[in-house]
Amino acid sequence: MPGAAAVLRHELIGLAGVFERNVYLVKRYIWWDVAFFLWTVANTLTIVFIAKGIEATGGQIDVDRVTTTLLVGAVVWAYLGIIFEILTETVAWERWEGTIEYTFMAPLSRPIHLFGMGAFAIVYGVIRAVLLFGVVALFFDLDLSHANFAAALIVLLVASISFIGIGMMTAVLPLISPEKGTQLGFIAQGLLLVVSGVYYPVEVLPQWMQWISVISPATYALDGMRDAIIDGAGITAMGDELWPLVVIGIVSVPLGLEVFRRGERYAKRHGKLKRSG
Amino acid sequence: MPAVEVHNLRKEFRRSDGKRSGLRRRRERVEALRGISFEIARGECVAILGQNGSGKSTLVRLLSTLLLHDGGNATIFGHDVFKETRAVRRLVNRVSVEASFFKKMSSTENLSYAARFYGMTPNETRDEIPRILEKVGFPPDRRGEAMEGLSRGMQQKVALARALLTQPILLLLDEPTTGLDPRSKLEVQDFIREIRQIHDATILLCTHDLDEAEALADRVGILDDGNLLSLEPVADLKRRYNAETLEEAFFAATGKAFEDEKREEDEEK
Repeated sequence: MPGAAAVLRHELIGLAGVFERNVYLVKRYIWWDVAFFLWTVANTLTIVFIAKGIEATGGQIDVDRVTTTLLVGAVVWAYLGIIFEILTETVAWERWEGTIEYTFMAPLSRPIHLFGMGAFAIVYGVIRAVLLFGVVALFFDLDLSHANFAAALIVLLVASISFIGIGMMTAVLPLISPEKGTQLGFIAQGLLLVVSGVYYPVEVLPQWMQWISVISPATYALDGMRDAIIDGAGITAMGDELWPLVVIGIVSVPLGLEVFRRGERYAKRHGKLKRSG
Repeated sequence: MPAVEVHNLRKEFRRSDGKRSGLRRRRERVEALRGISFEIARGECVAILGQNGSGKSTLVRLLSTLLLHDGGNATIFGHDVFKETRAVRRLVNRVSVEASFFKKMSSTENLSYAARFYGMTPNETRDEIPRILEKVGFPPDRRGEAMEGLSRGMQQKVALARALLTQPILLLLDEPTTGLDPRSKLEVQDFIREIRQIHDATILLCTHDLDEAEALADRVGILDDGNLLSLEPVADLKRRYNAETLEEAFFAATGKAFEDEKREEDEEK
């Protein structure tokens, strides 16, 4: 087999191996995942019921529209949390188990290793997001007959490329700080969504936050998904959301890989790969 | 071409000394390896003896591409360890003192994960994993059991299987039998001999078990405080230091006895 083809085959087998390992872990921790899902459902309900609460206390709002707006925001919040969590586990979980040195000394390129984690994160995250949306929607009498779910899913998948790039940057944090690095990933998730209009239009934000929202992929993901689910917009009408997402993705993935590469070099320089830090 | 060629290899770490200079924590340099040089021939088994903190694990981690060096160079079968990492990683595998597995996953699942990183497909591992687990004496009926339910000795057998599964030409063993009961220790040592004989593997064994070093290695090196004091066959080592046992030779070379280390460990506990 020619050299390049052999290397490609090897890398693809490694990528599948990363995916396969995550499937094993989900199987082994399935009841924890169920418990975590129930917590996410409860958390999402506390947010989505706000719309009915406003109406009940005399507020004049389109309850269905606000409910769906909040629901999309909560689902994207949960999805982003899963993406960042799984990518952060590239280092955090392996470090905790003590396997990180074996994984990092194996002949698999780091980008492929990270893409493997990213691919699993997207598949797992999308399944979970669909379930979350469906379960929470059952609590409300929402008219979703015009919703274009296929378009919403495409927007989410395109946005995921950028999310993976940013996730790669947060994944390196446990290498630099084994104790607190994982928690910093949650901070990145919160900062990204607060400027992106997770439960409100970005226009209500201070001007400087609106400037930041322009470079946040979550802004376009939330806009596009709401257009698709609330107004039934098709994918052809979403140029304003898709193009920025593609551009941010093209920038964020190489940037994420470079940040991770530098973090790994730092860890190797200072002996921080080993379990005890 | 030597299997391993190390020349003037240096590594230092920066550690906090617990004091502060203004707002910043003060850090001091600790030299883990102070310019060591040696060669290992293909098929040879070399043991490096040293106390905790002598630099053994740092040496193994450097050769495993898990650390960046601060000076000197190292090659494995002609490949620069720090520049040709991918080529080196294909040739090397390692067994360390901690078995290190995903504890909820079974031995078969852990080995599958490791094998994929070395380009082995599910078709290849379907037969190879049971074969290799059988070879290390792992009971077939426990292959699906989570690793956390296995004894230390059993886990270490799976660690050896993991290393062997990828057919390494150079095997780095970092205290592979520490903490094992005497029977498991002997089984692991027998298996190391077998790996050498059947697979023609080159072995670098870092240990503080003098008997193990003497039993397994062609040459024994003494690493003390980051300096490689000697590397020669056990008989030559004893002759050089006019010692009857390896322990006496170690004491003569370093001025330290292994008993001192045990006492220090007890005090730390």
